[in-house]
Amino acid sequence: MLISLVKRSVIALGIGLLSLPAYSEVRVFACEPEWASLTQALGGEHVSIYTATSNEQNPHYIQARPSLIAKARRADLLVCTGAELEIGWLPLLIRKSGNPAIQVGQKGHFLATDTMTLLGKPAVLDRSLGDIHAAGNPHVHLDPERLLTVAERVTQTLVSIDVANSEDYQRNLAVFSEEWKEKMVAWRSLASPLRGQSIVVHHDNWLYLQQWLGLNKLAALEPKPGVPPTSSHLSGLVSQVKQTDVYGIVYANYQDKKAADWLSDKTGVATLALDFSPASGERLVQWYERLINQLVQLNH
Amino acid sequence: MRTTLLATVVVAVLNVNSVFAASDIELLKQQLGVLKSNYEQRIVALEKRLEQAENKAVQASDKVQVVENKMVQQEKKVASFSTKSNFNPDISLILDGRFASFDNEADDYELPGFALGGEAGLGEEGFSLGHTELVMSATIDNLFFGKATIVLDDHDGEIELELEEAYIQTLGLGHGVTVKAGRFASNLGYLNEQHEHAWDFADAPLIYRGLFGNRLYDDGVQISYVAPTDLFIEVGAEAFRGSRFPAGGEQADVGAWTAYANVGGDIGIEHSWQMGVGHWRADDIEDRTSGGHSHGGGADEIPSFAGDSHINAFDVVYKWAPNGNPKNRNFKFQFEYFEREEDGVVALLNSAPLEETSYDGDQSGWYAQGVYQFKPQWRMGVRYDELDSSNSGSDFDVLGEAGLDNEGHTPKRFSAMLEWVPSEFSRIRLQYNHDESYEDTGDQLFIQYTHSLGSHGAHAF
Repeated sequence: MLISLVKRSVIALGIGLLSLPAYSEVRVFACEPEWASLTQALGGEHVSIYTATSNEQNPHYIQARPSLIAKARRADLLVCTGAELEIGWLPLLIRKSGNPAIQVGQKGHFLATDTMTLLGKPAVLDRSLGDIHAAGNPHVHLDPERLLTVAERVTQTLVSIDVANSEDYQRNLAVFSEEWKEKMVAWRSLASPLRGQSIVVHHDNWLYLQQWLGLNKLAALEPKPGVPPTSSHLSGLVSQVKQTDVYGIVYANYQDKKAADWLSDKTGVATLALDFSPASGERLVQWYERLINQLVQLNH
Repeated sequence: MRTTLLATVVVAVLNVNSVFAASDIELLKQQLGVLKSNYEQRIVALEKRLEQAENKAVQASDKVQVVENKMVQQEKKVASFSTKSNFNPDISLILDGRFASFDNEADDYELPGFALGGEAGLGEEGFSLGHTELVMSATIDNLFFGKATIVLDDHDGEIELELEEAYIQTLGLGHGVTVKAGRFASNLGYLNEQHEHAWDFADAPLIYRGLFGNRLYDDGVQISYVAPTDLFIEVGAEAFRGSRFPAGGEQADVGAWTAYANVGGDIGIEHSWQMGVGHWRADDIEDRTSGGHSHGGGADEIPSFAGDSHINAFDVVYKWAPNGNPKNRNFKFQFEYFEREEDGVVALLNSAPLEETSYDGDQSGWYAQGVYQFKPQWRMGVRYDELDSSNSGSDFDVLGEAGLDNEGHTPKRFSAMLEWVPSEFSRIRLQYNHDESYEDTGDQLFIQYTHSLGSHGAHAF
């Protein structure tokens, strides 16, 4: 009688120890709003998310502020772009946080561009070429195909951190992927008039969008990546833009609009300011649809 | 025979044709019409099929891309997580050079009331090199980060090699704790932890010059803890060997130690701030030598302090960036205050008989500066420094020769600078100082470049 009781308690204890603790909430530190939005969709009620930047901030140039260190200190999972996009601030946050969960190589250290081929990988690495990323263009969230694979990997990561809720995470992924794939078909037909059109961009950060929509980048307002537009470079662009049938001059909301407005004045080509990332609380689907609608309706 | 037969047949056929000619043209016309509409339909159908094929091709290319992506993922599953170059440490070389013009002789420089040591001073006039820094850093393994900074400095035509930093630091020890060991800059104050190339002015604030000989760094350990709160709260302590200025002497155990606390946060998305307090103390300083008062007394007489020294520090930093986006425009304000109390004996080495005095030191100072980046690549800033001291001792003449007599003067300085920052790797600065460090007021002008080669890591807030 006593022996069986002991046996039973030992078994119960064993089960108790074996079953992994269910997180009340996985605390996520998302470097950019797109990853906050994606992780929210995939994590649902099991995640609480802090977004380090808004879509009005250029994620290249963020300072390692005390508030960010405090948030990184408590995060279970870091969801960031990688490919050197956050090189000016993220390494410092991770080092100063004293938080083992988010260190490089841990499962709580998730970079979207890891294990993915990137476009725009420079053939020559030289700082005279401007602010270039050795690993390639990091802005993969503008490519719906790549975003799907990121979604799958985020789900794998959530499952590995919080096994107890893995069924929910898988279900969320299925829902997200299904809607996203349907939308991709719709967006492709909606954006079909854009195929083959030429655009001028402020900075070379629309590469994945251009590629997916079949847009041509005629030129950039920046003479070199990261170098602010100069008047000589802009004057050079005027004739180039006039000779070509240019659809629009596209820039991100956080970029200085002066150069785009100036070129638009000289050439009559319309400018378009786009949100580079979702707004606070906005779903990824809504944001991407907004981008495509804005692009399609530019000259109507 | 055969030819005749063929000819007959041809004639017959021709005859038949001519007979039915009239009605047949109509028929042909009808048939042509049918054919024409047939072909039109077929062309439309073909066009449709072509369009479908094109669409399929587009879809196929998309699918190929997806497959390619997936293949690459398979290949890269074991790829390195790090975005840094493979296993190589990040190496950067800071090039710093300047042209300086002073009203007064640089050798006459003093801060009355402060015994100057370390690198305190105006530096060289004319063309000269500043600090050429070689920095190497890397994650050592999954537990440690390491960094070394070697400074090449030209003193009177001789190249001096200085190891400014050489430390290891734990990575993610847990519970917000980080331990650092080796030689490093103390966390006391705000500016102290920053390298000279990251400063907003070409020279150190007067109080840093007066108390630390520009910067406080030493060999020891640091432990810091970040609290699990939304407000950034960091507390830490450091234990140092205590053989370097402003401490001194051969120390068998801990010669100097510090304790500090920093808090910080954001106000909305545009404003952020940090505030810190710190305390440094060395209770058993021996033979801390400093440059004396240049006139009066023998040139060989070197002031030497023995006793205890305590420093209290307070700093506050505020930053503004429109929409939280500092790339194009931003503003930064910083204020620091330090006070030092010392108790002991000051002797003039090489004096015969040995001149000595008891010494009760009380020195303080502050600076405030604001830097505004008014457009991309352009920054301007102003700074104001002020010091105060009240030192006493048994022999006021000896104190005076040691530079500890404030001569009834309050050291002050006003600085203004303009910077052109073409990229995060280069900077050219023009700086003007109106310097009242000592009674001979003088103006100073600096034209300085600070460029960095190689990888350039993140800068602290």
